[in-house]
Amino acid sequence: METVRRNNDSILIEVKGLTKRFDDVIAIDDLSFNIHQGEFFGFLGPNGAGKTTTINILIGLARPDSGTFRIGGFECSKNPKAAQHLLGVVPDESNLYPELTGFENLCFCASLYGMLKRERRNRAAELLETFGLREAGNRKFGDYSRGMKRKLTIAAGIVHDPSVLFLDEPTTGIDVASARQIRNLIGKMQHEGKTIFLTTHYIEEAERLCERIAFIVNGHIVKTSSIDDLLKPIRQKTAMLISVTENSEDLVNKLSSAFPQYEFISDRSRVIRVVSMEAISIGPLVRFIEENKIEVTEAKKVLPSLEDVFVKITGIEADTMKKDKQKQGGKM
Amino acid sequence: MKAGIPFWNILLKDLRAYYLKPPNISWGIIFPLAWTGMFFIRSGHGLEMLNDILPGVIAVSVLFGTTSLLAVTVTFEKKNRSFERLLIAPISLNLLMLAKTSGAIFFGAVNALVPIAISVFFIDLSNIHWITLIPAIILIAISSTFLGLFIAVSVSEVFEAQTFSNFFRFPMIFLCGLFFPIKQLPVILRPLSYISPLTYGVDIIHGAINGKHFLPLWIDFFAISFFCIILFIISMRNINRKWIV
Repeated sequence: METVRRNNDSILIEVKGLTKRFDDVIAIDDLSFNIHQGEFFGFLGPNGAGKTTTINILIGLARPDSGTFRIGGFECSKNPKAAQHLLGVVPDESNLYPELTGFENLCFCASLYGMLKRERRNRAAELLETFGLREAGNRKFGDYSRGMKRKLTIAAGIVHDPSVLFLDEPTTGIDVASARQIRNLIGKMQHEGKTIFLTTHYIEEAERLCERIAFIVNGHIVKTSSIDDLLKPIRQKTAMLISVTENSEDLVNKLSSAFPQYEFISDRSRVIRVVSMEAISIGPLVRFIEENKIEVTEAKKVLPSLEDVFVKITGIEADTMKKDKQKQGGKM
Repeated sequence: MKAGIPFWNILLKDLRAYYLKPPNISWGIIFPLAWTGMFFIRSGHGLEMLNDILPGVIAVSVLFGTTSLLAVTVTFEKKNRSFERLLIAPISLNLLMLAKTSGAIFFGAVNALVPIAISVFFIDLSNIHWITLIPAIILIAISSTFLGLFIAVSVSEVFEAQTFSNFFRFPMIFLCGLFFPIKQLPVILRPLSYISPLTYGVDIIHGAINGKHFLPLWIDFFAISFFCIILFIISMRNINRKWIV
């Protein structure tokens, strides 16, 4: 049961049976989902799950092998240009023009949407101010720091005031302060009524920003629900993370047999997540693990979060997603 | 939406960011100068030979000016993904690519003016048939630019674009009648001359400057226009097939 419903309940993006394969690899398989007007919708999944492929199809950079999609009432699967005037896109890489200044980049991006010169200049100045880049407006984009590049790329995505904003991994690869600032700016955009489609591998980011989420793994949506509905069953639970020197399915099985009152989740990394409806006694658990000749390096209590739901549904640990992303140099 | 705004701004951006940079402007002047000098020395004659070498220098200046920059800039933008910005903008792909190529066409045509301006000081240009020459320069610039586009779409790295450009450019120069009259080429090579747009462009320029051309001008104009259209259509088909996968 989803709790998010708009007053007008109008569907802005409607995707049915979208499938895309690259040679023998199925990138996305029979994806179907709707996004309502003004909704903040998130796609959460690990590397290669199909998040960017989905966005690329919706914005017109890729063609689906089968399936249909409508954006703002326009049938776009055959004519991806039909709704492009409604879309703002922030790709996973900051892809503005290094030889142009921040101000020139924004003006140029605005011109692509037919904005007149005065409008472009006013809007560019306004966005530079909003994103805290006024001082850097006359510097070349190529000289910006990574965080500044990311902010300007987001500003370029909304320069024409689009109805729908696609954000592909907006905070990946930037420092904590910039990421926080960007999340705040994205939050403000949603309050202004924009429909936002976010892909991310940061579970806490999705939890904080999105109203509704689809978990995507290996090109399949395994669950679509509102954050409230996803969190409801685990709100009463307690959780603990136990880091060990080595891990195996065998250890998790032994723990499950020895402590049937707890739920143990692990994706073969060295972190075991323990979830329970009652308080967790750490002592017996640590002793049991060490009796199995495995050392416990850290044990910490955590608040049950969307991560627990994600791990339970997909069997993938959040840390594994982050490490995969880092291996790719921040790209997905 | 007014299509003119994105078209004009893409063109202006490319001119400012790539074509009107000091190194390219100096390249645009030095390159025709070097070619003129080379042809002049090779001829072994006096200044009266300038009339004969001018058509070749004009054509080569345009060919290199357009293909060098367009193939590299498009490949560069594709590589750093800034080209995606253009692909997701609400403008038709045809208009987008015309805007992207207009800068190179302009740059190539301006390049052709350099040898003409230099030769003003040495030879009498009063007999030049400008009404034929100017369209010929523009058509060579368009066909060479679309050749550059074809190359840019076929490769993924900037260095590949440069290498692949030479694969086309040098045979075109050697087979277009600049160094050897086409009729004196071995029979086996002659068909290659006729599948190069530069051959027809050079023939028109020869006609406009010296009054000597080996094909009727209407055939030259028709052939080079045909190459412009075909190269654009093939490039657009390749962009659709390769860049929007």
